[in-house]
Amino acid sequence: MVPLSWYIMLSAVVFSIGVIGFLTRRNLIIVFISVELMLNAANISLVAFSHYLQSIKGQIMVFFIITVAAAEAAIGLAILIAFYRNNPTIKVDEINLLKG
Amino acid sequence: MELNKLDLFSIRLIAPEIILISIALILILLDLVIKRKETIAFVGVLGTLTAAYVNYKLCAMGWTGSTLLGMFAFDGYANFFKLIFYINIILTIFISLRYMVLEEASFGEYYSLILFATSGMMFMASAVDLIVLYVGLELMALSTYILVGITRRQVRSNEAALKYFFLGAFSSAFLLYGISLTYGLTGTTNLKEIASALQNLNLLENPILFLGMILVIAAFGFKIALVPFHMWAPDAYEGAPTSITSFMSIGPKAAAFAALGRVLFDAFGPMHVQWSSILIPLSVITMAAGNIIAIAQTNIKRMLAYSSIAHAGYALLGIIAGTHGGLSSMMNYMAIYAFMNIGAFAVVIMLRSKGFRGEELTDYEGLAKSHPAASALMLIFMFSLTGIPPTAGFIAKFYIFMEAINAGYTPLVIIAVIFSAISAFFYLRVVMYMYMKEPKAHVTLSTSPAIFLTIAVTAAVTLILGLFPSLLVELAKMSIAGF
Repeated sequence: MVPLSWYIMLSAVVFSIGVIGFLTRRNLIIVFISVELMLNAANISLVAFSHYLQSIKGQIMVFFIITVAAAEAAIGLAILIAFYRNNPTIKVDEINLLKG
Repeated sequence: MELNKLDLFSIRLIAPEIILISIALILILLDLVIKRKETIAFVGVLGTLTAAYVNYKLCAMGWTGSTLLGMFAFDGYANFFKLIFYINIILTIFISLRYMVLEEASFGEYYSLILFATSGMMFMASAVDLIVLYVGLELMALSTYILVGITRRQVRSNEAALKYFFLGAFSSAFLLYGISLTYGLTGTTNLKEIASALQNLNLLENPILFLGMILVIAAFGFKIALVPFHMWAPDAYEGAPTSITSFMSIGPKAAAFAALGRVLFDAFGPMHVQWSSILIPLSVITMAAGNIIAIAQTNIKRMLAYSSIAHAGYALLGIIAGTHGGLSSMMNYMAIYAFMNIGAFAVVIMLRSKGFRGEELTDYEGLAKSHPAASALMLIFMFSLTGIPPTAGFIAKFYIFMEAINAGYTPLVIIAVIFSAISAFFYLRVVMYMYMKEPKAHVTLSTSPAIFLTIAVTAAVTLILGLFPSLLVELAKMSIAGF
């Protein structure tokens, strides 16, 4: 059986990749995928803990996270498309109208 | 599972939320058949008043307790915040009516999204379980992202929504990872059970739990706009339609404060030393950055965004104090801040007219000559935001500083008072522009009975609470009694 610590390490690594991707990538779609990676890192650790603790709550939480992530993706892409229609770029550096 | 234990009768405790969500759904349907947006707004206000009335009745009958398998608490603490949310919806709808027509974004969904966002906030204020807390937070956040970008033909609004969305999603991922670590170590998501697990499993010194707590605090820091998690706030506040700027400078902030207070007091209560050592530096840099950067702003919405960041820093003192008195002074602060901030934004909205944005500070030059009444009211709100007696802003700051001193954080309060003095510079600059400069251009005010009512109510409350503070202070103390 795979020990719990391996899952937790996996989730920590995936979460870190997500954070680094969010902070360093310059393409909004990749930035968005990085956020999804972070959410799924939380899912991995919740499921692993849930199995290890023999408690169902963690898995219930995962269902909520997956559902909310879907809604979030829909809204995020809708905002992105609304933006793209007025200002055709998806480079983070070029979105700089508001500053100060 | 314990599904059979779900007492159907206890569902009555979420009746206000159910009413609000039903009204929000009805508004979407009404939008298909009714062309007049004022009617939809009116139904929205009526629904909010119904929810508030039901909530009041439930309180008056003395029903407190929890429902949804102990995940949702109906107590004075939550109800006090819900009062702020109801006021926030109604006043926001009032200031939106004329303004959204001017922005050519008068959609029916606008009103329904405000109700959805608020029901999310209400769930956050009542959540005693991290699952409900997360779902409430996302309901609030997702609705607010759309509201920020609702004027979708304006690039500014699109960009504001984009920035708010990405940083908001980033912060909720932090919240989730923090929740997962906390759940893994304590084996539960219920706040009270987390507190007892901390003691029983001897986790108080556990570094992983500490990390989980930091992640949760960081996520709420994003919503409250604490420095260094504030980057989205000025952009989102400036780009959003002004009515929504006003809405989101109060609702999401108060909801995040409510949830943060409950999580830190209920779940991480035994770790007060650890979390106050994180919050103290956050509060100091928030007050410093908020007040100092605000001085450099030329756009009034952006200036009020930094002011709202600074106010979050002051309100945080109430949580840092770690006492019930501190928490009640924080609640007091959020309620007073709601009135004075909506009032200030209502004046900003009045300056917007066809072909004129009225968002630059220079647009206020000589306003007192052409519009003495509007200037006098703006003066009251600016005095109140600075914290000058006899306005309510002074009372809010006075009580929060007093509670922080009682809890032994005198150096922190001295810093807060210094920054509060600095803030007078940029608030009173608006007043100086209005009264001491010559008018540059002719400004026409877009008045309507609804805006007039909003400004009258907020100005009256700002003055009345400044003169008779015990009205609100006692209510906050009473609300916190059963916490």
